[in-house]
Amino acid sequence: MIKNISNLGDAALYCDFGNEVNKSINSQVIKYFKTIKEKKFEGINNLTPSYNKLIISYDLKKTNFKEVKNYVENINAQDSNDINSKKLEIPVCCHENFSMDIKRLEEILKLSREKILDNFLNKEYFCYMTGFIAGMPFLGDLNNNMRAQRLETPRVKVPKNSVALTEQFASIYTFESPGGWNIIGNTPIDIFDSSKEDKPNLINPGDTVIFKEITLDQYKNYNE
Amino acid sequence: MSSNYLDIIRPGINTTFQDKGRDHLYHIGIPFSGAMDNRNYLIANKLVNNNLDSAVIEFAYQGPHIKYSGEKINFAITGDVIFSIKKKDTEIEGKCYESYHIENGDEINIISTNKSVYGYLALGGEFDLKFQWNSCSINTKAKIGSNDGKKLDLGQRINFKKINSNKDIKKTNYINTKIENIRVIKGTNFDYFSEEGKKIFYEKEFTVSKLSDRMGMRLEGPKIDNIVNTNIKSEGLIKGVIQVPADGNPIIMLSDHGTIGGYPKIGVVASVDYDRLVQMSPGSKIKFKEINLTDAETLFKLYEMETQNLLSQI
Repeated sequence: MIKNISNLGDAALYCDFGNEVNKSINSQVIKYFKTIKEKKFEGINNLTPSYNKLIISYDLKKTNFKEVKNYVENINAQDSNDINSKKLEIPVCCHENFSMDIKRLEEILKLSREKILDNFLNKEYFCYMTGFIAGMPFLGDLNNNMRAQRLETPRVKVPKNSVALTEQFASIYTFESPGGWNIIGNTPIDIFDSSKEDKPNLINPGDTVIFKEITLDQYKNYNE
Repeated sequence: MSSNYLDIIRPGINTTFQDKGRDHLYHIGIPFSGAMDNRNYLIANKLVNNNLDSAVIEFAYQGPHIKYSGEKINFAITGDVIFSIKKKDTEIEGKCYESYHIENGDEINIISTNKSVYGYLALGGEFDLKFQWNSCSINTKAKIGSNDGKKLDLGQRINFKKINSNKDIKKTNYINTKIENIRVIKGTNFDYFSEEGKKIFYEKEFTVSKLSDRMGMRLEGPKIDNIVNTNIKSEGLIKGVIQVPADGNPIIMLSDHGTIGGYPKIGVVASVDYDRLVQMSPGSKIKFKEINLTDAETLFKLYEMETQNLLSQI
């Protein structure tokens, strides 16, 4: 449930669900997000769910903090029982052409390459949120022994479709972008496609993702 | 094949098509975009008898030099902009907030913005542009919007889909006022900062850095000391949020900002001051002044009434 609602500036509600990052708190956030999104309250123009917060921004020309807060406080988020989540398999090639940070991870985690991949692949990850850049999914949770910090100096250009790890999360760079996550592979499938306006994101909050390893040859032939 | 078009002789530094922007997309990682200075965007469209949500050409610092081909239409430039109009053998200096006729072969040369950042060029009609999520606004980082999500380039041709039949010349006396203080509302992580840091935030002057663009405005000045944690669990952002990363230098989120971020939020710029904030060029001095939510809402209402008044007088 929402623990506290405050204002973020004069055009957004800051709904606080707690401080921990776990699936149960995040599922609450997603439930509220989906319910409010479906109801289309006049004046609300954006909803940003994250691990344990939901930010609701609105058009100050049409409504205000008091009205939106009152609306959110009286919503029955239980109504939205259809969470409509998917289970997805994402192919990933961890060939040395792509796994730029595997040596760094071997040193930090004190695990062999084989062990790192074994820990990472074929496990279910939960999509907590998408964003930062368009369509980028934040997937958790990695095992405790797989958690590494970001690079000290972020790369200026991370290749598109890089699969990367940081702290308790895995993610995929949906397009070439600066970034500091530890890159361990690359997927041949597009996670974000702006030409599909109704469904640009392959992975959405609430979905479950499993990474399946493919060889370099399979990677090269994937889209043919 | 359109018979009315523009040719780009010089594209300028950061020239894009912008309109009202796109909403309902933060949750998938797509920001609002749209014209940075919304008031000047609306005035530009009104001066050429366009719909208020029509696409315009937004430029920053140095603007484009364009050549027009086709039937006579209107154009107008808003902001604080130095430009000239070249017709056959004469070249005259143009004035902002006034519409002009432009005919086959005429050129508009937008030399620069004056002690400001953004200017707007509106032409009487509709460009032939691709829309994504109900907006043609270009977001160059995500490569979204018209023109394949790229800035306008040298040699490019821009076609019109239609031109306005109303070619009346319009004029207004608007002056872009500068403000000394940017009004802010306390951020959700205000208490992450030391007493000294909070004092610095409200009392000291900051300088707009060169590393500012449509995504964000970086500030330089006295460091704001964090005493709790230099990171928070990543969460949503909105435009105007002032984040302070570990180095103690504030960054203000602007229209093309990343949709989530993990730095503490010390404040949020009040909506009333956003249009004027984005016009502060590198080297400008900024001071923040705290206001409460009720005052921010009232001030925005007045600002919006003033905008509507300005538009109704054109």
